[in-house]
Parts: sequence; C-alpha cells; structure tokens
Amino acid sequence: MPVIDLAETSRRDLNGLLHGLAPDTNQTHWRVENPAGQHALAVGLDAPVTIEIAGHAGYYCAGMNQRATVIVEGNVGVGVGENMMSGTVHVRGDASQAAGATAHGGLLVIDGNASARCGISMKGVNIVVKGSIGPMSAFMAQSGALVVLGDAGDALGDSIYEARLYVRGQVKSLGADCCEKPLRDEHKAELRALLDAAGVDAGVRVEAFKRYGSARTLYNFHIDNVAAY
Amino acid sequence: MCGIVGLFLKDPSLEPQLGALLSGMLAVMTDRGPDSAGFAVYGGGSADRLKLTLRGHNLDRVAEALSAAIGERAFGTLRDSHLVLSVPKSRDAAVRGWLAAERPDLVVIGAGQRIELYKEVGLPADVATRFGLAGMAGTHGIGHTRMATESAVTTDGAHPFSTGPDQCLVHNGSLSNHRSLRRMLEPEGIVFATDNDSEVAAGYLSWKLRQGATLAQALEAGLDDLDGFFTFVVGTESGFAVLRDPISCKPAVMAETDRYVAFGSEYRALVGLPGIEGARVFEPEPARVYAWERA
Repeated sequence: MPVIDLAETSRRDLNGLLHGLAPDTNQTHWRVENPAGQHALAVGLDAPVTIEIAGHAGYYCAGMNQRATVIVEGNVGVGVGENMMSGTVHVRGDASQAAGATAHGGLLVIDGNASARCGISMKGVNIVVKGSIGPMSAFMAQSGALVVLGDAGDALGDSIYEARLYVRGQVKSLGADCCEKPLRDEHKAELRALLDAAGVDAGVRVEAFKRYGSARTLYNFHIDNVAAY
Repeated sequence: MCGIVGLFLKDPSLEPQLGALLSGMLAVMTDRGPDSAGFAVYGGGSADRLKLTLRGHNLDRVAEALSAAIGERAFGTLRDSHLVLSVPKSRDAAVRGWLAAERPDLVVIGAGQRIELYKEVGLPADVATRFGLAGMAGTHGIGHTRMATESAVTTDGAHPFSTGPDQCLVHNGSLSNHRSLRRMLEPEGIVFATDNDSEVAAGYLSWKLRQGATLAQALEAGLDDLDGFFTFVVGTESGFAVLRDPISCKPAVMAETDRYVAFGSEYRALVGLPGIEGARVFEPEPARVYAWERA
C-alpha cells in the first residue's frame, strides 16, 4: 500500500500521483499521513481506488470525485465532496459548511455533524449525516437524497426543486416551498438502502424518519407574487 | 478575505510560549491576508500602572520626556514602530494631555492594564518578526491577517481595533450599518480613530461593556444591532470570546483542550498547537456567543 506523508510530499504532488493512476491500476489502496488540514486533498480523482486520509482535511476535500473511495479519519473543512460525480466519500468526524455542494452522484457519508448549507444545490448525490446538519441545508436542492439521523437547522430545503430529505430528529424550520411529505414504501426502501450503504446500525428504523420535499409552488411565476419582487 | 487567530491559555505553564504559538498561527494565515497583520497580547501588568501602545516615528526619547513632564517615572519598551509605555495609572489624564500637546503625531492604538497591540503593513510573518512576537509571554492573544477588499492597505486599516481599556476586536467580514452605529456611539463618548467598519464593532462592544454588560452579554446584544457579515474574536483583560453572524458567512474553527482554547479561520492555523491531536475540534455555530473568562 503506497503511503504518502504530506509532511514531506506536497499536496500538488499527491494529487498528481493520484490523477496519473490508470483505471486498471494495481495500486488500489493509498494512505495519506499528516494532512494537517491542508486544502484540496484527493480532488479530481477518476479511478476505482481507496484513499485514506489520516487526520483532518481542509477545504474541498475529495471534490469532483469520480469512482474513488475517499475516507477521512477526522474533520473536513468547507465543501467536502463538492461536485462529486460518483464514488464514495466518508468523513469520520464533522464536516464544515457546504458538504456535498452541487454534487451529481455517489455517496457522501458524514459520521459526525455537518454545519450550514449541507447539500446546497445537490444534483443527484446521496448524503447520509449521522449527526445533525446546520441551517440552510439542501438550499435549492435539485435531485438526490439527504438523510439526517440527528436534527436539521433553520430553513431546511429553502427554494428546493426536487430532492428527498429524510430527517429523524427535529427540524428547526422549513425554508420557502419545502414541506413534509408522506413516507411511502418506495421512500422506506430507498432510506433502508442508504442507511445500509452508510453502515448505519440495522436497528435504526426507517419509520422514525420524516420526509421533506418540494411543495412545487415556486416552479412558475405567479402574478399574485408580483409585489414581492 | 481575512485570517483570524486567537489563543486563550488555561494552563499557566504555557504562558511563556504564547507569542511563539500565536506567531506560528499567524504565519499560516498569510494565504488569507498578505496585506497587513496585527496582534494583541495580554502580558504582564499591575493594577497601579497603565500600559499605552503608541505607534509612530521618533519614539526613543518619548519615555524620558514624558517622565520629566509628569514628574514620575514612565517606562518605555520600543519594538520597531511601536512603543509600549508604562505609566502610573493615576496620571492617565496627564499622560494623555502631554501626548496630545507634545506628540500629536503619535497614535495611541491600545491602552489598559495588560494589553499590548501591534499592527503593520506587510506579510504576517515579517510583521511578527519585526515586533518580536515569538518572544512575548501572556495569558491570551488575538491576531489578524488582512486582505483588503473595501479600503486601502494602511496600518490604520489593520486589526485589531481597541476602543476601550484592555479591549480588542478582530473581524473577518463587513458591516453594513456601521455609519448609523457610529452616529449613535460618538455622542455617547466612544472615540473612533479611523473610518473602518470593524472599529465601529469594537466601539459598540466597548459601549456595552461600559454600561456593565459582560463580554457575552455585549456580544449577544450585538446580534441584534450589528448588521452584516462577521466572525469576531474579542479579548478583554480576563476574557476571550467568539461570535459569528447568523448565516455564518465567514469561516471559523475552534479547538479546546484542558490547556487552551484556540481559534483559527481554518484548521491549518491550529496544527502546530501542543496536543492538538487530542483536542475537541469544532465549528462554532452561527449566532451563538462563545465566551471564556479567566478564573
């Protein structure tokens, strides 16, 4: 297993090595030591490899990820997994703001809490947060699912287009055009699959979650709202 | 964009290292603010003496001339473009009167029992070296690296700002109602030295503290009265506090151990602190006051 020590190797060299991996590489398991909160670690990967980051990472960790599995054994800064397309990003600690922002696919798992704007403008990614999420999460979310085992902060799902938000705890408030919706069988099945994929204890009941989504009243301009602009 | 660092020690055995730790933190934040830097350190002091930090030129004879004028001994410690004067507290008015009359070219940027405050234009590491930050001891300190976006790169625009005894504030963000607040505070006797919006936030807190509010209460009130984007780190003689605006526009990360509380705009700034591996690292929540007081 290749081990890269960021106390000796630059972040740019690390990312260069990872970008150079062929799709059929035999070096499928990497370990990155002494990340020291550096930004842009393991970004832009496009190979079915696993990268373990042994500590806290900074901004945009595993951004634009495709196919790779990135595991962070600590906290991450702003924008973890931003615009990821596929693969898995697993944060064992907490995530800062805008986790999974604009991400199109793949699975983002956060074992701790995620702060403000988690899943902002998400476009198909699935996000599972085992703790709580901050205010303005899933703002303008377009597609995908956001699962939260803890609580959600103010204005959840503000101006949401389409995405499925599952929250087990308290929602402090819902944002504009976000409403509670029935948890049908198809949603229970999706939720179960996501909880299993994220390694959540099988004892966690899907019935304990509530589903939130778009009330679809902001899709078209309504003449009665003209005074609001 | 700006960078903020802060360190509040719980363990007195770390006090000799305060400046060295803060200096390392400040240098890491150069990426967020290469234009100017400043820091406040709460070092030694006694109840009967006042420390004044002066900025300007031709500082080497100030203490001597002042001693002769007030008939009591004033001590001066010269650090590059700054002079820290120690004078009898009872002669505060006489000292300030003499400075205003004889040395109007000098700016008093900080005053109190223990605060020393330094700021200059330049790369943070260079600024820290010029003032010898790494050699300073103290109980707590706050630093700022500035990337100017709204106003000129000048020493006047550098943080921290101090508008009351032993008080200082650093700010990442911008305030939109600083003009009206200034108009409200000036008749109340709060004096501003610059046109900077962050100085108004400092003045607002000084005003609240003067009315008897605790540091936490002053910041709590600020949530209602200050409009704009802010992450503040504030120091007083015995306290240290952090506040972010309700939408947490500007970044912040904190670490707490049995030995210290540390603040950084980014986690990178905290990496060099002792025992950081075992620290509780967390992001301060928006619109929530975090405050610590020395016992």
